[in-house]
Amino acid sequence: MYRAHVLICAGTGCTSSGSAQVREALKKELEAKGLTDEVKVVMTGCFGLCALGPIMIVYPEGSFYARVTADEIPEIVEEHLLKGRPVERLIYNDPVAGSTEPANSLNDTAFYRSQRRVALRNCGVIDPENIDEYIARRGYEALYRCLCEKTPQEVIDTVLASGLRGRGGAGFPTGRKWQFATAPAPKKYVVCNADEGDPGAFMDRSVLEGDPHAVIEAMAIAGYAIGADEGYIYVRAEYPIAVKRLGIAIKQAREYGLLGKDIFGTGFNFDIQLRLGAGAFVCGEETALLTSIEGNRGEPRPRPPFPAVKGLFGKPTVINNVETYANVAQIILNGPEWFASMGTEKSKGTKVFALGGKIIHTGLVEIPMGTPLRTIIEEIGGGIPNGKKFKAAQTGGPSGGCIPASLIDTPVDYDNLIAIGSMMGSGGLIVMDEDNCMVDIAKFFLEFTVSESCGKCAPCRIGTRRMLDILTRITEGKGEEGDIEKLIELGNEIKATALCGLGQTAPNPVLSTIRYFRDEYEAHIKEKRCPAGACKALAKITIDPEKCKGCSLCSKKCPVGAISGEIKKPFVIDQSKCIKCGVCLATCKFGAISKK
Amino acid sequence: MALTPKEIEAKTEQLKAFIAEHKDVDGPLMPIMQEAQNLFGYLSLDTQELIADSLGIPVTDVYGVATFYAQFSLKPKGDNVVSVCTGTACYVKGAQAVLDKVVEILGIAPGETTDDGKFTIQETRCLGCCGLAPVMTINETVYGRLTPADIKGILEKYQ
Repeated sequence: MYRAHVLICAGTGCTSSGSAQVREALKKELEAKGLTDEVKVVMTGCFGLCALGPIMIVYPEGSFYARVTADEIPEIVEEHLLKGRPVERLIYNDPVAGSTEPANSLNDTAFYRSQRRVALRNCGVIDPENIDEYIARRGYEALYRCLCEKTPQEVIDTVLASGLRGRGGAGFPTGRKWQFATAPAPKKYVVCNADEGDPGAFMDRSVLEGDPHAVIEAMAIAGYAIGADEGYIYVRAEYPIAVKRLGIAIKQAREYGLLGKDIFGTGFNFDIQLRLGAGAFVCGEETALLTSIEGNRGEPRPRPPFPAVKGLFGKPTVINNVETYANVAQIILNGPEWFASMGTEKSKGTKVFALGGKIIHTGLVEIPMGTPLRTIIEEIGGGIPNGKKFKAAQTGGPSGGCIPASLIDTPVDYDNLIAIGSMMGSGGLIVMDEDNCMVDIAKFFLEFTVSESCGKCAPCRIGTRRMLDILTRITEGKGEEGDIEKLIELGNEIKATALCGLGQTAPNPVLSTIRYFRDEYEAHIKEKRCPAGACKALAKITIDPEKCKGCSLCSKKCPVGAISGEIKKPFVIDQSKCIKCGVCLATCKFGAISKK
Repeated sequence: MALTPKEIEAKTEQLKAFIAEHKDVDGPLMPIMQEAQNLFGYLSLDTQELIADSLGIPVTDVYGVATFYAQFSLKPKGDNVVSVCTGTACYVKGAQAVLDKVVEILGIAPGETTDDGKFTIQETRCLGCCGLAPVMTINETVYGRLTPADIKGILEKYQ
């Protein structure tokens, strides 16, 4: 028995900010103090508050230490673990919840109190490299119940009744997908799409790193439901920690007889192989992913036939996303009614979002469907840093769109987001403030799709490139009358004619920013002005004569000698020489220089 | 990271053993190419021909796959690979300025390697540590919350 448990996040976010070093320091210190039999150190998956990493929680108190460094460890061990006095100075206090006291319980903090963790229930709680900890949290019980107590059709009916929809982006009902694959066939496959390619989205990675068995168990359940004996997980090679933990989890499940032949003595066989992606965004599209597993260039195939009819190696295949699978065992254990009690009429359950960009609490959150965007940004996310104003949130990555500040009260679910011109996508939620130019953001996403287009169909290969040409012109101050209309026309054509999801959704970031920020496009085109001051070619840096004290510091720092003036009188910038590097902006102590 | 002829020979043997073990699995090409990329750091024409011959497929198939995926490289990379994340979260927090600074200091464009073979710059897709944005990695080490002013000092450590 241990009298204290120290949980340290070993997800990618905290590992990047140094949690492995914290762990080493802690181990050393515990050994030095002879506490290794009393205090157990557990490396867990993601807690969610990545902005405050590395994160460490000490139980039984539940003290939440944020941005821990190895140097602080001796003090924490001495004071907290030896003498029982939590080091309050180092414990996270939560200004958003209106308290300056250290947070006693995580669930009271603004970041956690509106969350509901289903897919992430084990992330940050268990050691993902230890199957026993998963089993202790009712792991593999759902698989047992399915194999021993339910027929395959009853399993499918349960998933159907729960209303679970695909969490990869499109939101297709999972139970229906499974139902399509039930027709008898000598060989079928279950595939997990873990090729999480949307920039700024890391939900699936966190599930794989923090709770890999949840995915394995659900795949076995899907295999039983449709009559498949083999599964593949296709995971991004950019996620080395997730790949490693999946490998360990599969091995442990095999050793326990939870994968392999005759599972639970029922005669049901199921095993899983791992396949690594190789850096192609289009492989997140299901048919391209299957083509890639087969060992080819990852080009999409026309649908129909759908994978449920003709999928991997030409055999019927069920393919779901990581987060979708992470919900399945919970639905079996707690019943479809429980799951359907969360969310909105057509979007049941919860959704995990990766909060990023201009927001205080960057990290991972799981909320019931239908939670207003305002709650996510202002309460859970802690608002916008540096006193800036919220301008827009981007969801759905390169396939999605921007939600403007005027729609911040929109309840977030599949259908509402589609109605306002964005989409749920896989769950990336990037927050932008007044300094971000919406034309520039649209161009950013289009550059992404242009470079990731596989080139198979003309609308995507050529059409997106022409759209990018126009956008580049606009951001360089060479926009012409009629450009906006051309973008809309071209965008709609591409949506209607591209072969796969990548092309069909590629124009969305452009179309949605035109819809809500048309005035910004017009300012670029007609006035050759970037209102946010982000487009370099259009930016104009000026000195406010009222504020300038004439200290001459800026003119000394200017690399091209564009600033001149007399000491103690306002200086001026020669716009013909200025290269808009912004050095003067950073130099001025009086806030007299601005970029617009 | 130029390999000596002896190293090349040893690694070729390793690759042949890996191929023998994996050629009969379903869809063997990608795992074999990934192993080759790990061993040599890139896929030379010789390596591609070896893979094609072992699997009994045309070398154009191997080349087609090699050029489709960003992970495969046809040229050797520098000793230090500087990867600047240009995912959305990093982009809105100033990744472009960070990348511009790296390009300015090393004097090469993204995707290129310096003449002395010390540095390669690449733009990378989201690394998923968006809490640290903007982020860059050099080899396996992650540098987060960067400003252009940090870059010079970081690169000097690898000179």
